[in-house]
Amino acid sequence: MSEAVLGAPVAAPRAPASPWGLLLRRLVRRKLVLLSLFVLLVVGVCAAGAPWLAPYAPTRMDVAHRLSAPSARHWLGSDDFGRDTLSRCMWGARLSLSCGLMVVLLSLVCGTVLGIVSGYVRRLDGLLMRVTDALMAFPDILLAIALMAALGASLFDVVIALAFVYTPRVARVARGATLVLRELQFVEASEALGASDGRVMLHHILPNLISPLLVQGTFIFAAAILTEAALSFLGAGVPPPNPTWGNMIAMAQQYMQRAEWLILAPGICIALTVLSLQMVGDGLRDALDPKLRRLT
Amino acid sequence: MTSYMLRRLAGMVVVMFIVASIVFVIAHVIPGDPAAVMLGSDATAADVAALRARMGLDAPLVLQYLRFLIAAAHLDLGESIFLNRSVVAALAERAPLTLQLTVLAAALAIGIGVPVGVISAVKRGSVLDQAVTALSMTAASLPSFWIGLTLIEYLAVRLGILPVAGYGPPDADMLERLRFLILPAIAVGVPNSALIIRFTRTGMLDVLQEDYVRTARAKGLSPRMVIVKHAFRNARTSVLTVIGITVAGLLGGAIVTETVFALPGVGNLIVSAVLRRDYPVIQGALLVISGVYVLVNLGVDLLYAVLDPRVRY
Repeated sequence: MSEAVLGAPVAAPRAPASPWGLLLRRLVRRKLVLLSLFVLLVVGVCAAGAPWLAPYAPTRMDVAHRLSAPSARHWLGSDDFGRDTLSRCMWGARLSLSCGLMVVLLSLVCGTVLGIVSGYVRRLDGLLMRVTDALMAFPDILLAIALMAALGASLFDVVIALAFVYTPRVARVARGATLVLRELQFVEASEALGASDGRVMLHHILPNLISPLLVQGTFIFAAAILTEAALSFLGAGVPPPNPTWGNMIAMAQQYMQRAEWLILAPGICIALTVLSLQMVGDGLRDALDPKLRRLT
Repeated sequence: MTSYMLRRLAGMVVVMFIVASIVFVIAHVIPGDPAAVMLGSDATAADVAALRARMGLDAPLVLQYLRFLIAAAHLDLGESIFLNRSVVAALAERAPLTLQLTVLAAALAIGIGVPVGVISAVKRGSVLDQAVTALSMTAASLPSFWIGLTLIEYLAVRLGILPVAGYGPPDADMLERLRFLILPAIAVGVPNSALIIRFTRTGMLDVLQEDYVRTARAKGLSPRMVIVKHAFRNARTSVLTVIGITVAGLLGGAIVTETVFALPGVGNLIVSAVLRRDYPVIQGALLVISGVYVLVNLGVDLLYAVLDPRVRY
């Protein structure tokens, strides 16, 4: 509470802060969120820079040093083909993050359109919401794996399948917020001035959905990474030899007793990334919604 | 109440109808011929044609859709070519194991989630609360299959406390079987307890701020009485809500975890069906599992009225 009271007057005299600057400042004030952002930055740099930063190529075999424990040569050990675990984790990050990001973007776009239309054009609401109800009756992984059976096994197919899984969640959030917004006076005023449905949705409702969608997008990012890992683990995701965190764990299963680092390294990568995303999501929600702050 | 139940049941039928339509679409958007995909690359054209006829794939799509809906409404989910038996029989054989695992995992998730959530709300802001929040968020960030594998390695292989995998000899009794389900239930239950902790904590925090809780404290009731008899009673509805949501996570976790522990349940059936493109089994499993989810959530909605007399339908 005191934060909210003190925050505004301190921030105001410095500079007319942009909403994004203000948001960032509120976010980094919490140490855990700051730490999470740092972790995500590191994972992001590893992912983007894997071709240059990784000590070895992810598929380079070194049979003389197979299943070697962490050492100066292989910081995180090597697998049964002598491939470097660190390099594979970095390339895995590349795949997981790019997959997660594409899923977030795709499901945000589709879900937002569906949600706004459903919330604003009431004739379509019943049908669209029953469809999201039905889609949400499937556990994430079940719907994803069934779609993978129908689609194929490439990164593109994984993205499509997961976007399909997470679109209803975005639609729900967008619809809920739209229902509140459409009763507000500025929307009513705009309608009274003769604005078309499309104009109201695009210029008045959409801009006000950005905060809830940003929060939801972060959580979907985390969930998508977990589901993608499960798909790869089950052999229904991006196929080997491309390293993903999930298929690394699947392959490490049989060497668990001899080489536990093989299973620990990708598992910790998943956990750190997902945890950081959830922390940032929580931080964003608190920063954007002052009402929620008292509960945390 | 009766009219509400009827409305809810009608709504459920509509949702299940849409679920069935989605399932049909998923199985029919496959690029290429499902019969050819199922038989593999060395099948002859005659084999494919025969399978197409057997699966009814040569009928017009609309007719296939109607047949599928009518059959599904009669709980006829078709035949699995790979298993050479009806999908219903295959699912029925494996359902008890998955059900046991899910119930055990749910008990664990609730058993951890509710008390920890309550304590964390009561001790809000304390070191304990922060530790619990951090731990539960970490648990929710771990893939259940990874938890399962680490449990196998450290508790089963190294310490030998519990069986590594499988479901025991065929003549094993229930109690012996239960030992095989402990580690899988932990792998599924622990990540899912995180959401329950969070909802319980938030629900309790809301209630603890109410005037009547302060009144109860002021009139000298012991803190335990205030929390258990006054606050928690009213936080139960938010606990119920999250349990309804968690069912999907538990069922999903069970599907993946069965593979890790080589448990012959529905999850194992689904994963092998996906890997060999056994579409009738995939369709059937999707329908049954979403049906379970819808039913549980209907139950949750009805329980609201039992737990909270203010809820009137």
